[in-house]
Amino acid sequence: MSQLEEFLTAPPPRPSLRESATFDRRTIAEIQRAAREGIYDIRGGGTKRRIPHFDDLLFLGASVSRYPLEGYRERCATDIVLGTRFAKKPLHLDIPVTIAGMSFGALSAQAKEALGRGATAMGTSTTTGDGGMTPEERGHSKTLVYQVLPSRYGMNPDDLRRADAIEVVVGQGAKPGGGGMLLGQKISERVAGMRDLPQGIDQRSACRHPDWTGPDDLEIKIAELREITEWEKPIFVKVGATRTFFDVALAVKAGADVIVLDGMQGGTAATQDVFIEHVGIPILAAIPQAVASLQELGMHREVQLIVSGGIRNGADVAKALALGADAASIGTAALIALGDNSPELDEEYRALGSAAGYYDDWQDGRDPAGISTQDDELAARLDPELGGRRVANYLRSMVLETQTLARACGKSHVHNLEPEDMVALTVEAAAMARVPLAGTSWIPGAGGNL
Amino acid sequence: MGAGGGVTLVSDPTTEVVDLAATSLRELNSRLHALTGADGEPQRIVVANPRGRHNIAVGLDVPVEVVVDGHAGYYCAGMNKLADVRIVGNCGPGVAENMMSGSVVVEGNASQSAGATGRGGLLVIRSNAAGRCGISLKGTDVVVQGSIGPMGAFLAQTGRMVVCGDAGDGLGDSIYEARLYVRGSVAGLGADCVEKEMGEQHLAEVRELLERAGVSGVDAADFRRYGSARRLYNFDIDHAGEY
Repeated sequence: MSQLEEFLTAPPPRPSLRESATFDRRTIAEIQRAAREGIYDIRGGGTKRRIPHFDDLLFLGASVSRYPLEGYRERCATDIVLGTRFAKKPLHLDIPVTIAGMSFGALSAQAKEALGRGATAMGTSTTTGDGGMTPEERGHSKTLVYQVLPSRYGMNPDDLRRADAIEVVVGQGAKPGGGGMLLGQKISERVAGMRDLPQGIDQRSACRHPDWTGPDDLEIKIAELREITEWEKPIFVKVGATRTFFDVALAVKAGADVIVLDGMQGGTAATQDVFIEHVGIPILAAIPQAVASLQELGMHREVQLIVSGGIRNGADVAKALALGADAASIGTAALIALGDNSPELDEEYRALGSAAGYYDDWQDGRDPAGISTQDDELAARLDPELGGRRVANYLRSMVLETQTLARACGKSHVHNLEPEDMVALTVEAAAMARVPLAGTSWIPGAGGNL
Repeated sequence: MGAGGGVTLVSDPTTEVVDLAATSLRELNSRLHALTGADGEPQRIVVANPRGRHNIAVGLDVPVEVVVDGHAGYYCAGMNKLADVRIVGNCGPGVAENMMSGSVVVEGNASQSAGATGRGGLLVIRSNAAGRCGISLKGTDVVVQGSIGPMGAFLAQTGRMVVCGDAGDGLGDSIYEARLYVRGSVAGLGADCVEKEMGEQHLAEVRELLERAGVSGVDAADFRRYGSARRLYNFDIDHAGEY
C-alpha cells in the first residue's frame, strides 16, 4: 500500500482533547458536587481566583532624581499610632502590620494564644473575633483589639474595658453583607458556652447589628461604647470592601478613630464559596477609594486606615502604605506562618481529600495543623510558644522587606511612601490603584467619577 | 408621665440628683462609673431632665438605684450590671442592650431592639415595645405588659420573654433555646418558631416572671408558649425552604 493509500484509508485521528473555558474541569466538578449534595460549597480562606493585586504594582526606586537611604544603616522608622482622633489612649505600635480578627471557635485556643504571643513579641496588636475574648488571648496579647460584631457572642462590658481598642465590625472582605458561620463540629462545649448556644449546632451569626441600622445609629452606638469605656479606647470600624468611598465617609461621620478595610481576598473560617468569589472588590481597588474619601473630608492620617485582604509580604505592606494606608493587617498569612498547609502534613491533608498547599476546609474542624479546630487532640499539636515564635519571625521578615523597599525609595519612615513611588504593570491595576501604567503617564479613568 | 412628672424629690442623704439640664452626659456617666457601693455613697441617683438624651446610665457596674426622670434616647442603661434602673418615661432603641445583671424598668413605651443581646437581669416594659424586642437574647428575662412589634426575639438564644399583650409578625424567627410566652394574639411566627405545650413548669415560670416584674391581675394560664422547632440547627437540604 502506498503512503497515499495508507493516509486515505487510515481511521480518522482521535479528536484532540479541548477543555471548555466556560465549563472547565473545576466547573464540571462543582456542578457534579452540587447535584450530589444539594447544598452550596462551604469553605475557608479568601478568593482563589486571580484578581488585580499588589503584584501588579512596582516601585520606582531612587536614582538621579531621588535619593535612596543606605539599606542596612540609615534609619527607616516603622512605628505607628492608631486612634488619635478621640481616644484618650491611642495605640502605639512598633510595626505597621497587625493581626486581624479571627475568632476562638474558628481557631483553637492554642492558635489564638500563639497569635497573641507573636504580635506581642513584635510590638503589634492582635484582634478577637466572633466568639468573645479568651483569657489565653488576653493574657498573651499586650495590645488586644476587641471586636463588637452583629452576633455579640460573648460580649460583655468587662472585656470591653479590658481591651486596648474596640472594633465595630460591619463587614469583612470575604463576605460583605454576610454573617459568620461556624459548623457544628466546631461548636465544642467551651465554644458553645462562650456563645450561649447549644453544642453541635451549625451556627449562623447575624449579618446585621441588633441595635443599630444605619450611620446615624452607628454614631450613637460608638458614643455609647465610648461612654462605657470613659473615652479611653480607640474605636475602629471594619468594613468589607464594596462601596468603599461612601462607607469610609459614613464611618468617619459616625465617629470612627480608625477604619479597617478588608478586601475580597480576606479570609474567612467558613463561608459559601459563591459568596467568597463573587462579592466585594479587591483591596487594590478599595484603598484609593478610602484614601480619597478621607482626603475629601480632610481626615487622611487624622483617622487612620488599616487595610487587609491578601497581604502576604513586605512588598504588599509597602504598596498598601504607599497608597495611603497607615497599617496592613494579616489573617490567612498569619495562619500559614503558624503551620497551616505545611508540607509535613501532606499525607494527613490527603486523607481529608485535600493536599498541602490546597487545604481550605477550615470549616471542618479536622485541621491536622491544630489551628482551625476545636478537637482537643488536634489543637494540642500546636505549641503556642513555637507558633508565636514563627508568627514573630514572619512579621519581622515582612517589616524588613517593607523597610528595604522604603529605603530604596528614599524614605526615612515607611509612612513616607506615596503613590508617586509606584507604577502599574497592567491597565486594570493602573485604573484601580490610580498610579500610571509603567513607562507612561497614563492613569486610566483619572478625573472620572469614583 | 414625662419629664419631672414621676419622681418626688425629697431631702434624703442617700439620694443624689444629677440634672442633665446643667450637667453633661459625660459627667453623669463618669459619676455613675465612679460609684463603688461603699458606705456613705448615695444609694439612689435621680437623673433629672433627661430630655431624650442618648446613652444615659450606660455601663453601670454597681448595685445602685438609678431613676431617669423622663424620656430617654438610645441605649439607656446599656450593658447594665448590678444596677436597678427605672425610666419614668419612654425610651429609644436598644434600652438595656447587652444587660448582664440587675434590672431595668421602663414605665412607658420602648422603641425597637429593647433588651437586645441581653445576657442576664430583668427588663420590664410597662407599656408596649416596638420591633425586634429581645433580639439575639442571651439570657435576660424580658416582661412586656403591653404588646410587642414584629420580629420579637429574632435569633434569641437563651432567656425568657413574657408578653402580656399581642406579638407582631415573625415572632421568634430563627430562635434557638429562648422561651417565649404571649397572652394575646401572635400575628405570625418566624422561621423555625413553633407553638409548644404549656406544662406545669411553664406556668410556674410565667408566674415567677410576672411576680418579679411586679405585674398583677394577669393569669399565667392565659399564656401560650413558643420556641424553636430545632429544624434549622444543622444544615439539612430538606429544610432549606424554611429560611
